Amino acid sequence: MRRLISAVALLLAFGAAAEAAEGAKPPAQHWSFSGIFGTFDRASLQRGFQVYKESCAACHAVNMLFYRDLKGIGYQEDDIKAIAAQAKVMDGPNDAGEMFERAGRPSDKFVRPFANENAARAGNNGALPVDLSMVTKARVGGPDYVYGVLTGYVQTPAGVTLMEGMNYNAYFPGHQIAMPPPLQADGVPYQDGTKATVEQQAKDVVTFLAWASEPTLEARKQMGIKVLLFLIVMTGILYAAKRKVWASVH
Amino acid sequence: MAAPAFKNGLVRWIDHRLPVFSFLHHELHDYPSPKNLSYWWNFGSLAGIVLVIMIVTGVFLAMHYTPHTAYAFDSVERIMRDVNYGWLIRYIHMNGASFFFIIVYIHIFRGMYYGSYKAPRELLWILGVVILLLMMATAFMGYVLPWGQMSFWGATVITNLFSAIPLVGDAIVTWLWGGFSVDNPTLNRFYSLHYLLPFLIVAVVMLHMVALHRFGSGNPLGIDVKGPQDSIPFHPYYTAKDAFGAGVFFIAFAGVVFFSPNLFGEPDNYIPANPLVTPPHIVPEWYFLPYYAILRAIPDKLLGVIAMFGSIFVLFLLPWLDTARVRSAKFRPTYRKFFWVLVVDCIVLGYVGANPPEGWFILVGRIATAYYFFHFLILLPVLGLIERPLPLPQSISAPVLKPAEGKA
Amino acid sequence: MAEAATATRGHAEGETRRDFIYLAAAGMGVVGAGAVAWPFISFMNPSADVLALSTTEVDLKPVQEGMSITVTWRGKPVFVRKRTKAEIDTAAATKLSDLPDPQADAARAKKPEWLILVGVCTHLGCVPLGQKTADPKGEYGGWFCPCHGSHYDTSGRIRKGPAPKNLEVPPYAFLDDTTIRIG
Repeated sequence: MRRLISAVALLLAFGAAAEAAEGAKPPAQHWSFSGIFGTFDRASLQRGFQVYKESCAACHAVNMLFYRDLKGIGYQEDDIKAIAAQAKVMDGPNDAGEMFERAGRPSDKFVRPFANENAARAGNNGALPVDLSMVTKARVGGPDYVYGVLTGYVQTPAGVTLMEGMNYNAYFPGHQIAMPPPLQADGVPYQDGTKATVEQQAKDVVTFLAWASEPTLEARKQMGIKVLLFLIVMTGILYAAKRKVWASVH
Repeated sequence: MAAPAFKNGLVRWIDHRLPVFSFLHHELHDYPSPKNLSYWWNFGSLAGIVLVIMIVTGVFLAMHYTPHTAYAFDSVERIMRDVNYGWLIRYIHMNGASFFFIIVYIHIFRGMYYGSYKAPRELLWILGVVILLLMMATAFMGYVLPWGQMSFWGATVITNLFSAIPLVGDAIVTWLWGGFSVDNPTLNRFYSLHYLLPFLIVAVVMLHMVALHRFGSGNPLGIDVKGPQDSIPFHPYYTAKDAFGAGVFFIAFAGVVFFSPNLFGEPDNYIPANPLVTPPHIVPEWYFLPYYAILRAIPDKLLGVIAMFGSIFVLFLLPWLDTARVRSAKFRPTYRKFFWVLVVDCIVLGYVGANPPEGWFILVGRIATAYYFFHFLILLPVLGLIERPLPLPQSISAPVLKPAEGKA
Repeated sequence: MAEAATATRGHAEGETRRDFIYLAAAGMGVVGAGAVAWPFISFMNPSADVLALSTTEVDLKPVQEGMSITVTWRGKPVFVRKRTKAEIDTAAATKLSDLPDPQADAARAKKPEWLILVGVCTHLGCVPLGQKTADPKGEYGGWFCPCHGSHYDTSGRIRKGPAPKNLEVPPYAFLDDTTIRIG
């Protein structure tokens, strides 16, 4: 057993070394949804949705989300209908065989800013604005990484030449990113009086995107606590039963 | 096989004509087991439990999954978001694969430590290696189904291994793909086989059980059961012990499923497959990393593939490569040390497999690969001949000699 | 978890002693197995995206008198017909005693000119004909099911043939004069 422990320790030491080698690890933030009891901060989610709508949605889709999903960030049915109705959804073909535009419904997916990948590239100098619906799950570092990129626009260090149309970012792999700084201080008028600093907006929009990546996170953790408590009690009883059964042996 | 007297009349009526109840009673109830099995013997039944969990969750996931390149990724996300408890069943299935391998690897190393593969249990061991191979094929094809970036590129890299075969390699790869790249036909056949293979595993597990029950379980002392005083009925002793072990396992499993479900996963697999963009680091699932390291350790394509498959096929020969007469490492002080070196070697191989083949990883990978084959092909045959085992106890129930020190 | 249950069940056969602890273990196993079953059962029920589509809004403006449209609601055809005066009068004048499944026309249409029906024959689930002008409308001028020859009248009520019940009226509401929401 002692050897097993030392082997595990060796493995962990290896892991730590590997992490250090990758470098430029975005600093860990405190997230309302992390930890065993973590839940999404509803106010932050709604602010984050506002940031997404006003600062990201012009280029970035959230293709996995439906308007009806907004119930999960605390909107009521009527609010959702109103939000959905602002979108123009391509539907059809109608009886005449033509496609037509109609107001969005809660059962529609979030309308994407570009019809397809080529249109998205054409509208962005060849760079593809990624779909954000899974972004916090689809990147090493998760929410910390996304937050790092959003707030990581720093002065280009001396000696670094940027390619045309690129921006310097401390946490983006390779440091050259086509996306210009997406968030500006007070760029989004928050309704609830929260000061719209870049960091606050980044925090809110990452919270929103983390929710978009996994809307079932809260249900999962809540169920998990109950399941674990049950299993611990059950295993305790099973251990007692095992002891009892084996009492006559040895 | 004396038929037990069942109290229930219907049971008696059926059993007289179809002796399933006698069979179960004999194999699961009376089945005499050595009385000294440690908790390391829990992992066999645990693997069976996980196999059932995987099949049940898999059958249900198939009800909502769509095996088509255009819909597969979205259908998995629909399961995660819209299907009732879809996230739960998908996360159980996804993490169940990892836990299945953890359990089976512990089960295999337990067999190696206690010499469980030695006569007369050679076929029992070989059937186990067949199960491992089937599991690997099933897991690999299952990983392709969500059609994320790692799914696609993992499938591309692994199927391309077969192109190393001289003359017919390319034809075989095209045949595997059903096209000229990993595409919809590939996804469809992987889905079909991913659904089929687990049932083959069940069949081989049954053979594994038949072989096991022929001579009964081995035991930590590695000596044969000499009489009734050495054994106890499987039920209630080992059912109770297995149930408790299963409870401990479920706690660990639930901890991961509910609180860190993507622990074993790769973030890249949450990006839909894109045949035009390869992710910067392609890594297989963790349970394939040691083999992947062996593959990359050898600079020749064909030899690398042969070494990788050889690393598993060498296990088929293990009962004959190990020449020692004593089963348990408890009484083989030198082998015991080398056993732990092999464990560390496999962990090092896994670590090398997870990292890009650059710098000192190449050298470490090669040394670890060489050691792996050295252990099985040279060390075991020679060590069995020259090692002086400690004196064995007379029997399980009456060790006349002082029991050997704890194994580690 | 199921193993806990077998552990005690089998035990009772040999020795009759039933300890509290064995009962507790078996009980936990049964409760656990039951709790595990529920997500699997629920998994097969309609998912959120299916439920979200369980209402359909229909714009009635393009539908003229004597015309029918078919819309999809929950994967089934729904007949929306703007009835003529003659059709309404025939339906209203029919004596309830002539009907296999008696129901007044007034109970089947919120506004007499608009008849909304689930277009599924109550016999064995075929879609009756009668939506298009060229279709056979059966002996009672409504709909006719080609599968086994059920005749429905201008209120969608069964008049002749094997179907036991009138065509179903789905739940619907007028959002305004020219829009309805089905479901």
